[in-house]
Amino acid sequence: MFDRLLIATGIALALSTPLQIQAAPQDNTTALNAFNPEVSLILQGAYLDRLGGERHVTGFVPTGEHGHDVRGLALNHTELVFAANVDPYTRGFVNLAVADEAVEIEESWFQSLGLGHGFTVRGGRFLSGIGYQNERHPHQWDFANNGLMHSVLFGEHLVQDGLQLRWLAPTELFMEFGSEVAKGQFFPGSELGADKSGAATWAAFVHLGGDVSTSHSWRGGISYLHAEPAQRASIVDDFNDIEALTDFSGTSKTWLADFVWKWAPNGNSSQRNFTFLTEYFLRDEAGDLACDDNTLDGGLCTGLTDRYSSEQSGWYAQGVYQFMPAWRTGLRYDRLDSGSVNFNANNAVFEQTNYDPTRWSVMTDYSPSEFSRFRLQFARDQSMRDEPDNQWTLQYSLSIGPHGSHKF
Amino acid sequence: MKLFLSAFLAVLVLAMPTAQAALNVLTCEPEWAALTQELAGDLAKVSSATTALQDPHHIEARPALLAKARRADLLICTGAELEIGWLPLLQREAGNGNIQPGQSGYFEAARFARIIERPTTLDRAQGDVHATGNPHLHLDPHNIAQVAEALAKRLAEIDPSNAERYVERNRDFQVRWAAAIGRWEEQAAGLKGVPVVVHHKNWSYLADWLGLVVISDLEPKPGVEPSAAHLAALMGTLKSKPAKMVLRSAYQSPKPSQWLASRVGIAAVELPYTVGGSTQATDLFSLYDDTLRRLKESAQ
Repeated sequence: MFDRLLIATGIALALSTPLQIQAAPQDNTTALNAFNPEVSLILQGAYLDRLGGERHVTGFVPTGEHGHDVRGLALNHTELVFAANVDPYTRGFVNLAVADEAVEIEESWFQSLGLGHGFTVRGGRFLSGIGYQNERHPHQWDFANNGLMHSVLFGEHLVQDGLQLRWLAPTELFMEFGSEVAKGQFFPGSELGADKSGAATWAAFVHLGGDVSTSHSWRGGISYLHAEPAQRASIVDDFNDIEALTDFSGTSKTWLADFVWKWAPNGNSSQRNFTFLTEYFLRDEAGDLACDDNTLDGGLCTGLTDRYSSEQSGWYAQGVYQFMPAWRTGLRYDRLDSGSVNFNANNAVFEQTNYDPTRWSVMTDYSPSEFSRFRLQFARDQSMRDEPDNQWTLQYSLSIGPHGSHKF
Repeated sequence: MKLFLSAFLAVLVLAMPTAQAALNVLTCEPEWAALTQELAGDLAKVSSATTALQDPHHIEARPALLAKARRADLLICTGAELEIGWLPLLQREAGNGNIQPGQSGYFEAARFARIIERPTTLDRAQGDVHATGNPHLHLDPHNIAQVAEALAKRLAEIDPSNAERYVERNRDFQVRWAAAIGRWEEQAAGLKGVPVVVHHKNWSYLADWLGLVVISDLEPKPGVEPSAAHLAALMGTLKSKPAKMVLRSAYQSPKPSQWLASRVGIAAVELPYTVGGSTQATDLFSLYDDTLRRLKESAQ
């Protein structure tokens, strides 16, 4: 019901747009680029030194997405970005992730420009506004890889095919309220769960923020994500260390809390600045878990379906300090809590671990200009029980063309 | 939960403010806040997104600014790509239809000023060049006069009930400003032809107006931090072509200009650059007064 209401509200607002806009423009203001649309390319690549084999986070069901973990020298995907105002009422944005034999639509959305009264509607495929890090593309990350809990929950991002409505309150304090309805085919949703009229996933978030003085500013928020996967497939190792294909149907609820604090002397970040960021995630899943018979492979699954419930959490905190122009260094700590997982009848098949995965990462990066960045990162990764790893990453990220500004 | 959210949404839509008192003006830089103050007085509530201690190229569309842009009736910026790193985001994310490009609630000063240093070729290898020319246009007082004319018209347009008062205040401002320009040009006659080194190309308009001769920049390319190698090369240049002083703004690091100035035995001069850049520069008039005073002291 709620999702339908939101869709209706969004459409109604989108249709009322022209009322806010005066048809005749006042003057020709400077465009971001003389060409239409703005086109830019993000080039990314890395050298990664890590243990071989597939790495997974102990105690957590994998999302099935493996992004930036290719060993050795690797070209990460190249992003092709198109953006332009469609007309005075709407802006369009497309981000294509290009890799060998594959083009993935990372984002493709329209956004209202002149609804007014603090409302903004976005529709299409977009990065969900939940939390802080989710909306940021890899070239905007402060570290070579994503936070551990973030990759466990969403892979690289939570991508939504749907509609987002945001409202900014007319107050001195920054107060943003947002909600999203989406098809919900991506993890933690599933293809089958998304195969319905209406929406299988919805999200809501509130962000508050402001300045403490000219030198300090902050933003904090709380988000909620509700997904209804059906037969969501995951491969999990059983007690015999044999891969078992499971599928989960039920509800998946995720709570996120995020807080970012930025400091720059007199608000002038060009010489020195510091950013502290932390996010907390709590996921609660309940439903039925089926486990495909793998006894022929020596596994323990007998094809039984029974109730499944889990409550797992994790957080990270990081600080990034620019100590002189072009140079930054940062430290990040990730910690996950395997929490409680109950497979009921399948408890004999899968282990309920109390292992808490952790990871320390330290990085230094150099940006000769705002269009290029080179980074060296070391991580002590203890996310996989009995297989701790020391990981080195050397990475570049370059942008060609009019590159849009980044969010706070 | 759902009921609460829907009810909340409904209340918000109904509770939109309908009437307001003073015009809510947000400016990108302090000079436009000062100019609005001259033209609108207490008819407007003015605040600036940046201070004189911040580099107008590089700030973020942070939450506090979004909250301000959300409530602005008029957004006044320099344009000419000066704020390209943050202004488009501020406009798009504020949920305020009035301040979008092309709307009457968005005013771009560069549209009404004389722009110099338009590049003939565009290549990022040239550093942070602006396709539409040098955006630091407020340091030519004739530009201020032109922008004031256009801004007064715009204020009258979006606040028609007070239209006459804006016309009146602008007329008064133009008279005072023209008199001040006459005075400054007289005071600064001795500065004509004085050779200077500048930290960044943000002194081009001032140099152009006063006839200062810019020998070189501390930045090897616009927007690129001064490097040791470049400063050393600059010392060589200054041997054959000596300069009187090195100019920097309050928001730039004093280190490079002080380093160079002490080695070649000239003055490193910090100028306010905009309103608030020194304790003396409290409005547009005192900004120019203080700038000229500092220049003349160092030129002697």
